[in-house]
Amino acid sequence: MRRVTQLVAAVSAAAALAVTATACGESSTESAGNKNKKGVGLAFDVGGRDDHSFNEAAARGTDRAEKKLGTNTKEMTAGNNETEATREQRLTSLAEAGYNPVIGVGFNYGKSINKVAKDFPDTTFGVVDSGSTQKNVSGMTFAEHEASYLVGVAAAKKTKNKKVAFIGGVNNALIQKFEAGYVKGVKDTDPKIKIETDYLYKESDKGFNDPARAKSMAKGMLSRGNDVIYSAAGQSGAGSIEEVSKVKGAWAIGVDSDQYRQKGLEKYRDAIMTSAVKNVDVAVFELIKSVQDGKPLTGNQTFSLKEDGVSVATSGGHIDDVKDDIDKAAKDIVDGKVKVPSKP
Amino acid sequence: MSRLGEKFTKEKVLLALAAPLLALVAAFLLSSVVIAATGKDPLHAFVVMIDFGSKSDSQVWIINKAIPYYLSAAAVAIGFRMNLFNIGVDGQYRVAAFFAAVVGGALSLPGVLQIPVIILTAMAVGAVWAGIAGVLKTTRGVSEVITTIMLNSIAGSLIGYFLSEDRLAVKDGNLFHTPNLPASGHFFTIPTDPKPVYGTVLIAVVIGLAYWFVLGRTRFGFDLRAVGRSEPAAAASGVSVRRMVVTSMLLSGAVAGLVGMPTLLNESFNYGTDFPAGVGFTGIAIALLGRNHPLGMAFSALLWGFLERTGIQLEFEEYAQEIVGVMQGVIVLSVVIAYEIVRRYGLRIQQRRVGAELAAEARTGEKAEVGA
Repeated sequence: MRRVTQLVAAVSAAAALAVTATACGESSTESAGNKNKKGVGLAFDVGGRDDHSFNEAAARGTDRAEKKLGTNTKEMTAGNNETEATREQRLTSLAEAGYNPVIGVGFNYGKSINKVAKDFPDTTFGVVDSGSTQKNVSGMTFAEHEASYLVGVAAAKKTKNKKVAFIGGVNNALIQKFEAGYVKGVKDTDPKIKIETDYLYKESDKGFNDPARAKSMAKGMLSRGNDVIYSAAGQSGAGSIEEVSKVKGAWAIGVDSDQYRQKGLEKYRDAIMTSAVKNVDVAVFELIKSVQDGKPLTGNQTFSLKEDGVSVATSGGHIDDVKDDIDKAAKDIVDGKVKVPSKP
Repeated sequence: MSRLGEKFTKEKVLLALAAPLLALVAAFLLSSVVIAATGKDPLHAFVVMIDFGSKSDSQVWIINKAIPYYLSAAAVAIGFRMNLFNIGVDGQYRVAAFFAAVVGGALSLPGVLQIPVIILTAMAVGAVWAGIAGVLKTTRGVSEVITTIMLNSIAGSLIGYFLSEDRLAVKDGNLFHTPNLPASGHFFTIPTDPKPVYGTVLIAVVIGLAYWFVLGRTRFGFDLRAVGRSEPAAAASGVSVRRMVVTSMLLSGAVAGLVGMPTLLNESFNYGTDFPAGVGFTGIAIALLGRNHPLGMAFSALLWGFLERTGIQLEFEEYAQEIVGVMQGVIVLSVVIAYEIVRRYGLRIQQRRVGAELAAEARTGEKAEVGA
């Protein structure tokens, strides 16, 4: 009995000590001095700056700001399978050090950016692919389904086997927009075409940086006779593009950046028909400029086909022969004649 | 004889201290070499880590981060103690957190009921998920290593299937998550400045105590460890090995089910993107590092939290982002190797001493014979 009481006493003492111990010492916020204007804080999603796709689109925005506005950029990158606490800390580090605006690239930052923004009311925050719930946050979302519809039209026009495929990185609401638009674009152009759709992962962010898995999935799709593959999977997309380039007559469709122009994908560019481009760079640049001008953008902004927020890449000239069809489809969407669904 | 016992304990203490010390020094040196190889100053890195990691907000962050890690390690350690390699904690915790979030989001009971219902759901689901592997092992002889890792991937698909708008989730912007828990499902927090410590830290403490008591102080714990040491010996002394396998898998799974609770009840209040894969595997590393000891695992969980906290700061200071991952790997390897070295060294001195004692005994015996 005595041992038990001793134990209880020891544990409660230790617990009390632990609680008081946590409250002592200065916090990192207090000791971080130097709140001068340091430039832009950019937090990438998994895959990092050189993913040739989504993150790189954002990086082009800050690169342009460096050239045109003379701002500095501090870049940090998310790791696989990280938690909300880690994302919050990354954003806090940037804001605390005086970077303004602080931009999170990717829906993963949706929650954390709105939370951290509360602690730094004088800093402007931006998040790509997610909404804003705070006064000092700019939520930049895109009409991915519209651009996907247009590349769907191109795919339907260019396929010889009448079989096309789609690879999504992660089966979430965002990537489903790409699938929905693409499928509708193909079906509206030629209802007889068979479409195979699949996702790399059901719900793990790993889908955005697992090129090997995309490669093997593309291999399977090609072997089943698909000759156009559209991959919406961030860095993973490079894997499927590589695989497609090995098959003569097959086309890859890129995503987010104009992937034909990506240095890292130069070897495979002859297989890249087009890309569904998300002009993240424009959105990022505009946000930085607005902060520089002292009139920071906030609230939710949607970038659709209408305001050139999304577009279809024509580099390489591979879709010159079907350009009229794409232009017509684009006009129909802008005019509201065609409604593109955002979920499959 | 008492003198010998005294000497023995002093030596034991020295040996027990030698292993972690050796591991620490080795890990420190190896990490320095790696940092230096990336062309950066290793000493400055350690200064940054200690300085930033000891800040008050860092302390709170580290404790909160360590809670799920500790629970995960405890779940793994229960298996380890009886030679079961439950590498499915990852899947168990996620399935458990998902269904607990679904149940919690659908119910609206007063807090005294709501929270226990959520926690018990999580434990039950985790136990069932791990139990599948236990049953397969006892009835079909399938290795739990294979089944648990496969169940991880099935868990991911199962969650992915239900986590969509027309099934068990709601759409929020570009993401899906389960409906939010009502306010009665929020666990209390311990107010500290500037951010609070999660009240779920108590769950970790309770599990730590229960682990220590059940495994070290009960008949059941003894049976479990006996099976871990030698199945035939345990069976010969009347322990049902099959029952022990299933029971310990169920226990391990139930604790794994708790891993998601700090996040669910103190932070996210729904199941969306806050339950990453990998926490179960971190638990394996922490259990190894903590030598399956309840306090050892607590220290390692905190160490892990410290490394992750300071890792981001290192990236901020232009060190490579991967440095912390390398450090974690180096630490686990150093610890495992250091303990093995020290164990062998201890064994050797013991053998030598016993040899010397025997020789001395033989000599005195001879003398006595000569004297006679």
